[in-house]
Amino acid sequence: MPTPTKGPRLGGSPSHERLMLANLATSLFEHGKITTTEAKAKRVRPLAEKLITKAKRGDLHNRREIMRTIRNKDVVHKLMAEIGPFYEDRNGGYVRITKTMPRKGDNAPMAVIELVSEKTATAEAEAARKTKFAKDQPKPAEAEAKAEETAEASDAVETTGETGEAPADQDAEAPVSATDQATAEPAEGGDPEAEAEKPAEDKKDES
Amino acid sequence: MAVPKRKMSRSNTRSRRAQWKARPVQLVPCQNRACKQLKPQHIACPTCGQYGGRQVVEPA
Repeated sequence: MPTPTKGPRLGGSPSHERLMLANLATSLFEHGKITTTEAKAKRVRPLAEKLITKAKRGDLHNRREIMRTIRNKDVVHKLMAEIGPFYEDRNGGYVRITKTMPRKGDNAPMAVIELVSEKTATAEAEAARKTKFAKDQPKPAEAEAKAEETAEASDAVETTGETGEAPADQDAEAPVSATDQATAEPAEGGDPEAEAEKPAEDKKDES
Repeated sequence: MAVPKRKMSRSNTRSRRAQWKARPVQLVPCQNRACKQLKPQHIACPTCGQYGGRQVVEPA
């Protein structure tokens, strides 16, 4: 069971706190990076991460669950279409808080809270290697389904899985890497910086 | 209700207040080798705006 939040609610009442956190999360997903007080940043992080987890699942039920918190449909669409798929290979820790200098005026400790825009080191290594470790391979059923798509490469998948170094597999290596690349690239399509793949949707969001 | 029996002397008051001292803020040089300005710990550098090798805020 999660520990209940200690101390008074932000803004005075539970409903006020819910609204403030929802607005902060909305701004965070809209802009990707917001500056706020440290206390608010610490409170909004669990909420934002739970919303991203829901967005990663990406079905209608989870979309409705997100709509309960985030009332802006444009932001919900961005969350489901871009932010969720981008974090496909990251298990939690989607949001980073960095402390900054205290605010002028009331000396409140401030922080910058942002969506992590980098891929994980393992994801980048896999993208560079264009293969996966055996333990990270998808379930055999999925692997076979992929293999059937590339009917010739089905044997090559198994052989490279067992003996990756064998020079005889050099020809067979190419189709494997091609399939892996095909699976890896849609995940990168969600990258906020590399949005070239779906400019039409982006324009819809901004308008 | 318990109340003081005697007025506190000026000397005692001032001796107590003499212990109220401001401490210098602990500063460390910025990790960014191009910057190296002093800054509070665990805080994005206000001079170059970097923290942990990452640009966090716009430099002032």
